[in-house]
Amino acid sequence: MEMSFEESLTELEGIADKLEKGQLSLDESLLLFENGIKLVRECNMKLKNARQNVEKLILDNEDIKCEPFDMQE
Amino acid sequence: MDLEKKGIYTVHEFTLAVKSTLTKGQFNDVWIRGEISNYTNHSSGHRYFTIKDKNSQLSCIMFKWHGKNLNFEPEHGMKVLVLGDIDVYEQRGVYQLKVRDMRLDGIGELYKAYEQLKNKLAMGGLFSPDHKKPLPGFPRKIGVATSPTGAVLHDILTVLKRRYPVNILFIPTVVQGESAAQSIVNSIEALNRTDVDVIILGRGGGSIEDLWAFNEEVVARAIFKSRIPIISAVGHETDYTICDFVADIRAPTPSAAAEVAVPERQELANQISRLKDRLIENEKRYLSDRQSQISELESGIDPHFLLERVMQYVQYLDELAQKQTSNFGRLLEVKKALLDSHAGKLEAISPLGTLSRGYSITLKLPHKTPVRNIADIEISDEISIIVNDGKIKCVVNDKEECKWK
Repeated sequence: MEMSFEESLTELEGIADKLEKGQLSLDESLLLFENGIKLVRECNMKLKNARQNVEKLILDNEDIKCEPFDMQE
Repeated sequence: MDLEKKGIYTVHEFTLAVKSTLTKGQFNDVWIRGEISNYTNHSSGHRYFTIKDKNSQLSCIMFKWHGKNLNFEPEHGMKVLVLGDIDVYEQRGVYQLKVRDMRLDGIGELYKAYEQLKNKLAMGGLFSPDHKKPLPGFPRKIGVATSPTGAVLHDILTVLKRRYPVNILFIPTVVQGESAAQSIVNSIEALNRTDVDVIILGRGGGSIEDLWAFNEEVVARAIFKSRIPIISAVGHETDYTICDFVADIRAPTPSAAAEVAVPERQELANQISRLKDRLIENEKRYLSDRQSQISELESGIDPHFLLERVMQYVQYLDELAQKQTSNFGRLLEVKKALLDSHAGKLEAISPLGTLSRGYSITLKLPHKTPVRNIADIEISDEISIIVNDGKIKCVVNDKEECKWK
């Protein structure tokens, strides 16, 4: 399952902290670094691709339904 | 008699006559202004009170089914407007107003009712910080309950779009007038049945009367009951409604509510870029640390020194080999001498030695068992006699036991 922006960001912070602390083998450090850069790319992508989508909720007795909504300017 | 001519009423008949005159229609559906006194909210749910002014007073009753729509709790001394119809209470022969609706008369009274409800709900724990729900840091879908007309929705959508575009579920809500309170409650309940993870409840600024729905108890309770955190954004900065106290967060304006609801995209981008810089810097530092560690180790290893060590080992090996060879030769000599001496001894006791000295060995056939005693053989046994240079096969003719020693 794809991570949410929030999860990606939290993981990225964790990786930065781990690298900062050191105490890693060379392999571990390179692997973490690679993952970190991948997460940076993913986060930026998610930010760039965020779009506003507005729906209208309609109450129909007990039922609720949604329909697309366009704000009249 | 005049008396007889005019007729005599019973008390009840008279009361009914008065009642029919009074209730004919002239005093129905009237609004009356006055101040509440002798207020009793009876356990039956009906409210009994008097409204009065400087000179007069009027008994009033408000039945339970009319009172349930009240948006404030009447109390002694409140100035109100009451809507009702005149009626006569036959048992006591008094006229009274059957109140169908009651409004607070004037802003002062609205503030009084506001304070009254605020105190009541505060006592009930509805404003308790313990009950405030945290807002999601990164909402996926935001519910917006506000009027479909007016600037509020536009402001909220614009700010959200600029800061961090997300999915929005808008529910058209009546925010002013008679039906507003119920409409707000319905919207909150409906949004609680969707997948939004935060709700903005918004309305533009206005007078205390305009914002009154947000000061009603049903609305406050609906906000308190909401499973989803609610940001209230009612009126302008200086307008505080009961909703603001119950909501999980109060934003001074609808635009501010949108700012509270989502993080700023540019700020996030900056945060990520800072994290990226940290990653790269740390990895660089890590690698250069390792590199300097390696060169330090490298300088500790001098190739000439190594070669010398190797040559020393080679020499030592040669020495060992030589020592071993000489030791081994000496050992062989010792062993050979030992062997020779043992061989000589062996020869001396060998049966072959005995034969070469002229003795013979007798074996009994067919098993070639050596014959040592006279009892070992019988007459007619076949025997073989071994001498120095051959074998003689014989048959025993006779035997005789002798004592040689």
